[in-house]
Amino acid sequence: MTYLIGLLSVVFLVLAFMIVSKSMALSKGIKGEEDSSIPLDGANNSNAVGFLIFLVLGSIAAAWSFLASQPDFLPEAASEHGIKTDNMFWITMGIITFVFFLTNALLFVFAFLYRYKKNNVATFYPVNHKLEIAWTIVPAIVMASLVFSGLKVWNEITAQAPADAVVIEVTGHQFGWYVRYAGNDDNKLGNQNYKLIDDTNQIGIDFSDENSFDDFTANELHLPKGVPVLLKIKAQDVLHSVYLPYQRVKMDAVPGMPTKFWFKATKSTEDMRAELGKSDFNYKLNCTEICGRGHFGMAITVFVDEPEDFKAWVAQQKPFLAQNPDYLTKVPEKLKAKAQKYIPVEAPAAESDSTEAGAGATASLRR
Amino acid sequence: MATATLHANEAHAHGHDHEHEHHEPGFIRKYIFSEDHKTIAKQYLITGIIWAFFGGALSIIFRLQLGFPDLNLDWLKPVLGEWIVEGKLEKEFYLALVTMHGTIMVFFVLTAGLSGTFSNFLIPLQIGARDMASGFLNMLSYWFFFLSSVIMFTSLFLETGPASGGWVIYPPLSALPQAMPGSGLGMTMWLMSMTFFIVSSLLGGINYICTVINLRTRGMSFTKLPLTIWAFFFTAVLGLLSFPVLLSAALLLIFDRSFGTSFYLSEIYIGGEALPNVGGSAILYQHLFWFLGHPEVYIVLLPALGITSEVIATNARKPIFGYRAMIGSMMGITVLAFIVWAHHMFVTGMNPFLGSVFMLLTLIIAVPSAVKAFNYITTLWKGNIIFTPGMLFSIGLVSLFISGGVTGIILGNSALDINLHDTYFVVAHFHLVMGAASFFGLLAGVYHWFPKMFGRMMNKTLGYIHFWLTFAGVYSVFFPMHYIGIAGFPRRYYSFTALANNAQDSFADLNAFISIAAIITFSAQAIFAFNFFYSIFKGKKATQNPWNSTTLEWTTPVIVGHGNWPGEIPAVYRWPYDYSKPGAAVDFIPQNVPFSATPESNLPEETEEIENEKEIDGLLDTQNSVYSH
Repeated sequence: MTYLIGLLSVVFLVLAFMIVSKSMALSKGIKGEEDSSIPLDGANNSNAVGFLIFLVLGSIAAAWSFLASQPDFLPEAASEHGIKTDNMFWITMGIITFVFFLTNALLFVFAFLYRYKKNNVATFYPVNHKLEIAWTIVPAIVMASLVFSGLKVWNEITAQAPADAVVIEVTGHQFGWYVRYAGNDDNKLGNQNYKLIDDTNQIGIDFSDENSFDDFTANELHLPKGVPVLLKIKAQDVLHSVYLPYQRVKMDAVPGMPTKFWFKATKSTEDMRAELGKSDFNYKLNCTEICGRGHFGMAITVFVDEPEDFKAWVAQQKPFLAQNPDYLTKVPEKLKAKAQKYIPVEAPAAESDSTEAGAGATASLRR
Repeated sequence: MATATLHANEAHAHGHDHEHEHHEPGFIRKYIFSEDHKTIAKQYLITGIIWAFFGGALSIIFRLQLGFPDLNLDWLKPVLGEWIVEGKLEKEFYLALVTMHGTIMVFFVLTAGLSGTFSNFLIPLQIGARDMASGFLNMLSYWFFFLSSVIMFTSLFLETGPASGGWVIYPPLSALPQAMPGSGLGMTMWLMSMTFFIVSSLLGGINYICTVINLRTRGMSFTKLPLTIWAFFFTAVLGLLSFPVLLSAALLLIFDRSFGTSFYLSEIYIGGEALPNVGGSAILYQHLFWFLGHPEVYIVLLPALGITSEVIATNARKPIFGYRAMIGSMMGITVLAFIVWAHHMFVTGMNPFLGSVFMLLTLIIAVPSAVKAFNYITTLWKGNIIFTPGMLFSIGLVSLFISGGVTGIILGNSALDINLHDTYFVVAHFHLVMGAASFFGLLAGVYHWFPKMFGRMMNKTLGYIHFWLTFAGVYSVFFPMHYIGIAGFPRRYYSFTALANNAQDSFADLNAFISIAAIITFSAQAIFAFNFFYSIFKGKKATQNPWNSTTLEWTTPVIVGHGNWPGEIPAVYRWPYDYSKPGAAVDFIPQNVPFSATPESNLPEETEEIENEKEIDGLLDTQNSVYSH
């Protein structure tokens, strides 16, 4: 399909060549006839016509290639704010497309119409204040209206997350994402500290904070549909950026500076599969801030579940502490009792082999 | 009596000759360590052209990867060596190519090559000065640039590769050698090179500003300056105020890299160890960088717009429409350029309120830009247009400036930027509006002032072919790129295999098409290179004023000597755009023609100005005394 675009452009280039070769022939014939003080050659008319041809062919190519590519654009946004920004995008796009065609058309048509003609004299027209005021004010008004509609949406998007939002922590590292959920009991993420990172505790969960006891990690991102989700975004090594293209979510991950983004997904994975007619479709979380050789492949799969499915999935997950009972040693004495309840009875923490536990954790992350 | 006068004249002429003899330099002082602004301009231009081909070639290599991911690149092994692994481009080298392409194009081609060339060449010639305020600083400026070029070029041959963290070199990626090999010695050399580059820019900028303020010929008030000079002046002001900030950003980064400070680093775990740095802010770097980075866009663009103003007015045979509005809008752009930088950072986690402020300011800057575009179009209206190659590229610039500019309205809107940030939509936007448009300005300038630079004409027919191929080519490359951006393709991706919904397949054809168009466009530049270098030696001899232009540079001899005018510097009596004036016999009246000589075409207010002419003429001695020491 897009080969047609290629074909069109080849036509373009051929035409350009034709114009020029014609002009070369003309310039040979005409040389010397014109007033030699004017830097003119026989190609002048051809170049003028060239702009007209460029306008016509260019407009056709632009319109056609847009229509041809449209099916491959991202489908309608799968998040509440994304629908708003999409609408605004296409409205703005409409305005600028109009301006784009109008101004380019004027430019090329004027170039064609007012090409050099013998005995013609250009109009001495240095200034017209009314015109200038008009085309200062009109863009200013258009800009102002765009700014204010944009501001409204921006303020909504960046407002405080609702209190009932599901909190999920996403941590970028070279080259992947760690996901941590607040757990089944307290819906609070425990503290985290980069100095506590080791081969098993890859996020650096701080077990001196009791909120972290029920936290569980995952290597895919599950989101509930229709429920506000607050992503708490972190980075371990260099800048990364969380990008959920279908949900129109993007926020940088900065080492040493937690960032956040909250949104409400409106289409589950199943919804999108049905819409696209692709049973194997999956959302992705990609990285959009250059972070090294694996940047382009730094993605995890995202599942948007119906709220009840999400709840069921969460309920199935085992806290990190349950999977790695030897981290009980990191828990301060006074909290040991609380932490103990997450430790499976058959595997007493103190005696567990740490390498075995480590392997178990890795396996759980790869599940 | 008569003898005495003659004698006096001879003495005077002798005095001049003496001065010239005094300055007549040997080969090295004339062509290499020259202090003559024209030679320095040509040095900048030729260095810039060489860099442009280099930067372009790098982009062709990564376009091969993007357009034809399955292509076997073993044939590039003789050039790229170890960077080709099993017929594939090394992933890190891909990032190095992207980084170097950006750095070279933005700084070495479009800053040094454009502003360095034309500010140097045109400021003294168009304002009527014998040279720059300081020829020595000017020479230093070029040689610092040369040194910077050598260092950057050398870094390409390092085993660990040149800097690879993107042309914006955001830390911590650029600060930690363990994050990627390019952040090792390559990054150190990048920083060294840029430090010298900044020194070069500052030396140049100070000179341009001093020269425009102090060395204008008699009668050349600010309101009679050609728009080129206004543009160069504002460009220099922008550079002078913003480059030092980049220097400080670079210095702090050097400190973080080499001396263990934590300006940009905090809480980092990399390569299996936790680093001790705490308290720094990676966002601080981005603020400092974009405080230069955004004005840099206008540093690149304004000279191109200035050149276009001049070329369009000359070849439409019409005064530029809204001369004062043009100055005003450039002034507006210059001021606003300093307070919009954070629109590059909407999704960095910056305070959202700050985001709304910068969004407001950003969309305001669209207004003066729109005014400029409308004024160019109106200048063509009812003109008598002669399509010289320079004119074609100028019209092309206006078209690209509009097409690339309108999408800025989308990206400047923080709510819309969320989805489009760091996608190909951004790449398409800035390549059109600042890359291609400025490049067209550079080419327009070369075609237009080549006769003044080398005393010969470039071949026009080759110029037409070059234009049409480049114009169609640039649109074919960057227009469809918007679609890929709307489809959510992130930039700086080696391949698109990790995107949802097998997105890489849906745009495989389009990516291949873009790559082919890029190769054709790049190849077409060979026509220009041939035309340029051939015409320097074998071009048709130029006449004194080949485009029938009004500005002062065309009053100099065809081959301009040291000091620019063999006799007195001409005085200026009128604005630079008296084209097709009603009543005048010819369709242009040069700036040095007094109103008293053109009673048939004077406007009422201009007739009044005849009285001031004596006053202007009376300044001759003062002006000569400036140059006498």
